[in-house]
Amino acid sequence: MTARLALDGVHTHIGRYHILQGVDFDAPAGATTMLLGRNGAGKTTCLRTIMGLWRPSRGRIALGDSAISGLRASAIARAGVAYVPETMAVFADLTVRENLLLAAREGPLDEARLQWIFGFFPTLKRFWLSRAGSLSGGQKQMVSIARAIVEPRRLLLIDEPTKGLAPAIVGGLIDCLKEIKRIGATLVVVEQNFRVAREVGDWVRVMDNGRIVHAGPMAEFAEDAALQARLLGLSLDGRQ
Amino acid sequence: MMILSGPPPRGRTLQTLIVVVTLALALAPLLFPGAKPLNVAAKVCVYALLGASYDLLLGYAGMVSFAHVMFFGVGSYGVGLALYGLGPSWGAAALGLAAALGVSTVLALAIGLLSLRVQAIFFTMVTLAVSYAFGVLASQLDWLTGGEDGRSFRVPEVLQPGFRLFGGPLFGVAFNGRLISYYLVFFVSLALFLALLRVVNSPFGRVLEAIRENPLRAEALGYRIVFHRTLATCLAAAGATAAGALNAVWLRYVGPDTALAGSIQIAILVVVVIGGMGTLYGAVLGAAVFVVAQNYLQALLGALSAGAADAGLPLLTGLFHPDRWLLWLGLLFVLAVYFAPAGLVGALRSKDEATP
Amino acid sequence: MTASDFGAALPRPKRDLLPIFAPLIVAAIAAPFIGSASSFVTLTAAGVAMGMMIFTMASGLTLAFGMMDVLNFGHGAFISLGAYVATLVFTPLASWAQADSWPLNLALLALALAAAVVVCGLFGLVFERLVIVPVYGQHLKQILATIGGSIVAEQLLYALFGPDVIALAPPASFRGSFVIGDAAIEKYRVVATLVGLVVFVGLTLALNRTRIGLLIRAGVQDREMVEALGYRIDRLFVGVFMAGAALAGIGGVLWALYRQQVHASMGGELLVLCFIVIIIGGLGSVGGCFIGAILMALIDNYAGFLAPKLALVANILLMVAILLWRPRGLYPVGGR
Repeated sequence: MTARLALDGVHTHIGRYHILQGVDFDAPAGATTMLLGRNGAGKTTCLRTIMGLWRPSRGRIALGDSAISGLRASAIARAGVAYVPETMAVFADLTVRENLLLAAREGPLDEARLQWIFGFFPTLKRFWLSRAGSLSGGQKQMVSIARAIVEPRRLLLIDEPTKGLAPAIVGGLIDCLKEIKRIGATLVVVEQNFRVAREVGDWVRVMDNGRIVHAGPMAEFAEDAALQARLLGLSLDGRQ
Repeated sequence: MMILSGPPPRGRTLQTLIVVVTLALALAPLLFPGAKPLNVAAKVCVYALLGASYDLLLGYAGMVSFAHVMFFGVGSYGVGLALYGLGPSWGAAALGLAAALGVSTVLALAIGLLSLRVQAIFFTMVTLAVSYAFGVLASQLDWLTGGEDGRSFRVPEVLQPGFRLFGGPLFGVAFNGRLISYYLVFFVSLALFLALLRVVNSPFGRVLEAIRENPLRAEALGYRIVFHRTLATCLAAAGATAAGALNAVWLRYVGPDTALAGSIQIAILVVVVIGGMGTLYGAVLGAAVFVVAQNYLQALLGALSAGAADAGLPLLTGLFHPDRWLLWLGLLFVLAVYFAPAGLVGALRSKDEATP
Repeated sequence: MTASDFGAALPRPKRDLLPIFAPLIVAAIAAPFIGSASSFVTLTAAGVAMGMMIFTMASGLTLAFGMMDVLNFGHGAFISLGAYVATLVFTPLASWAQADSWPLNLALLALALAAAVVVCGLFGLVFERLVIVPVYGQHLKQILATIGGSIVAEQLLYALFGPDVIALAPPASFRGSFVIGDAAIEKYRVVATLVGLVVFVGLTLALNRTRIGLLIRAGVQDREMVEALGYRIDRLFVGVFMAGAALAGIGGVLWALYRQQVHASMGGELLVLCFIVIIIGGLGSVGGCFIGAILMALIDNYAGFLAPKLALVANILLMVAILLWRPRGLYPVGGR
C-alpha cells in the first residue's frame, strides 16, 4: 500500500521566479520524513509540485514504480496521494461530514475508519453536522487531516500542521500523527516546530534556496545542535 | 517629436499607416468628394478620439468599464440640447459643453470611486447596468431629451450647410459650412488626441501602467491608487464627452441611437481591441477599420449575398445579407481577441520588428 | 485529546436569514404606497413570476462564475436561443396551443422546455469549448471574447430566423387571469412561477443531496482543493456550464411566452438584469440569486406602478444599496 516517494532534479518556476532549483529528495516507504528549512526555502512549493498543483519545469517525480510528474493533481490524488495544505483548505460552507464525504472517493464513509478517526479527534464527532467554517483553527486542522486519512492512501503530504495552534492542541496533533504512522503510511511533513519534527519524524530533509542541503536520519540530526543551528538558523533546546 | 509628447509609434509600417490615415482624414474633402465619404471621415475622427479616451481607461489604467458610452451621450446631449433650447449660438454650445463636462466629471468621480470599493468583476457588471439604466432614463425623459426621436437642432451659422465662406468653390471644393464643420471636428479631435498622448507619456501615465500591472506593489511604492484611477477616469470621461459634443455638432441631431445605444459601447470596445489596447494609436487604426467597415462592408456583403441567392444557397444568402455586417465584424473581433491580442498595432509592430 | 474542549461549546451555526426577509420588507414598504390591495396582489404576483424567470436565467451564470471565475457576457445568447426554440416547437404544434385543455397545453410547454434544455445545453457545450476554454483565467479576455461571441450569436440568430420580431402566444388555457375578489392574477404568471419553483427546488436538491452537487458546492469554494481530492474539476465545470445554458434556455422560453414575442435582442437586455441579480445575490450563490431575483422583480413591478420612468433606476439604486450593505452581495461564496 505505501510507497516510496522520489524526486529527481526537480525544478519549479512560478512566473519568472525559479523556486525549486534541482530538488533531489526521497521519502522512504512506510516512514515519516520531515521537510525542514527556513521561511522561503521552497518547502510548500515542493509539496505543491509533488501534488501536481504546480507543474515542474524539469525533473522526475516517482511514487513507488510510477512516475507522477506532469500529471494533473486529480490524477496524482487518484494515484493515492493525499494533501493537507498549509491553509487547511477546509470547505467552509460544507459540514464536517460533507468535507469527509468528498474525500472518500471509494464510496460511503467506512464506519470502522471513522471510529478510528474519532478516537483521536473526538471533536469531529461532536461537530459532525456543523458548518466547517465555524470551527476554530485547531478544529479545522483536524478536518483537513481527517480528510487525508478517511481512506487509505499511499502517501500523505502535510504542510505545517501545527502552525498557529495552541500548545495544548499541538500535543494532540503529535499523538494523531503517531497514530497515523502506526498504521503504516508514508508521510512527508513540512514543519517549523522542531519539537514536533523530532517526535514524529524518522528521517529529515532540510531545504534551503530551493535545494535539499541535508538528508539523514532524524535521530542523528536531533543530536547535532550545531548542524541544526546552521541549517535552521535557530538554537533549539531553548524552544518548545 | 515634441508634438507627440513621446516617441513615435515603433515600426515603419505602423508609422506609415498612421500618417496615411491622418493625411486621408486631413484631406478628406479634397480626396473623397461627396456627402457620404465626408460623413465617414467625420465619424472616424470622432471614434478615434472616443476610442483613445477609452484606451486610457482600459489599456493604460486597466479598468474595464462599460459606462464609457454614458460620457459620450452626456456630451452629445449637453451640446445638442443647449443648441436646441437656447438657439444656434456659440455661447449656447459652450454652455452645453461646460454643463456636459460638469455632469461627466461627477459621474466619472462616482465610477472611479466605485472601482475602489468593489472588486474588478463587480465593477464591470455595475458599469454595464448603470450605463443601460442611463440609456433607458434618457429615452424616458422625453420632455427633455426628445425620447426615442431625439432632437434636431441648428448649429451656429458658420457651421450650417448653407453658409459660404467664399462666394463660390475654390480649387473645386465648396467652402461651405459642412467643410468648416468637418475641419472643426478634425482639428479638435486631433488636438485632444495629442493631449491624451501627452497624458499617457507623462509620469502620470507610467504610474497608471504600474498600477495596472501590480496594484499592491504600486501602493507599496507609495503611489496613491485612488488619485490615479479617479483622475484617469475623469480625463477619459472628458475625452469621451468632447467626442460626443463633436458628434452632435456634426450630425446636427442627438438621439438615443446615435448617443447612448449599447451598440456604441460595443463599437468602442471593437475599435480599441482591434486597434490595439494600451497604445492610443490603436484607436486611430481601429476607428478607421470599424467605421469604414460599418459603411462599406454592407455594400460588399450585398454583392456576395446577391451572388449566393443566384447560386441558390439560402443559408449563405442569409449570412451574407448586408444587415449582418456585424456578424463578420464580430467574428473578426473574436479572432483578434484570440490571435492578435495586441491588435493591429501589435501585429504591425511584430511584423516590423521581424524584418530588419 | 482535549483539543477543542477549550471552553466554548461550538455555538449553533447562525443561519444568515436576514436577506431572506428583504423581499418581505420591500413588499411591506411598497404596500401603503400602492394603496389598493388588489393592485398590490397583482403586482406582487407579477413580481414573483418575473423573479422566477430571471432566477432561472441567472442561476447558471452565478454558478459558472462561482466555480471557475468565468464571466460569460454571452449568456444572453442562450436565453434568446431558448426563445427561438420555443417558436420551433409551438409552430408545428399550433393545434395543441389552441386547444383549451390544460393537460395538452402543459404538455406543449413541457416539450418546448425540454427542447430548449437540449438545444441550449448542446450550444453551451460548443460555446464553452470554442470561446471559453482558450481564455480561462484571463478576465479581460473572457469579457471581450464572450461579448464578441454574443454579437456573433445574435447575428447568427437573425440570419437563421430573420431579423423581425416573432410573435409567440401562450397556449389557450394559460391566457386570461384568475380573479380573486378584486385582484386579477394572470394565469400564465402562475404557470411561470410554478416552473420557476420546480427549477429552484430541483437545483437546491441537486446541489444539497447529490454527490455532484456536493462537488459543485465545494468547487465554488475552493476548486484547487477539489482537484487535489481527486476530481476533474474542469469536466465538472463543463457540466455546470451546460446546465447553466440549459437553464437560461428555460428562462428564455418562459420569458418569450410572457412577453409574447421573440427577438434575439432580448438576450442582451435580460443579461443586464441577470447581472444585477447576481451582483445582489453574491457570485456563486444559488440562494442569493433566488432572493436577488425576487427582490429585483418586486422593485421593478412596484416602481413600474408608482413611478414608471424610474423603474430601472430603482433597480440600480437597489443594487448600490445592497453593495453598500454587503460589498460582495447578499451571500458571497468562497474566498473571492
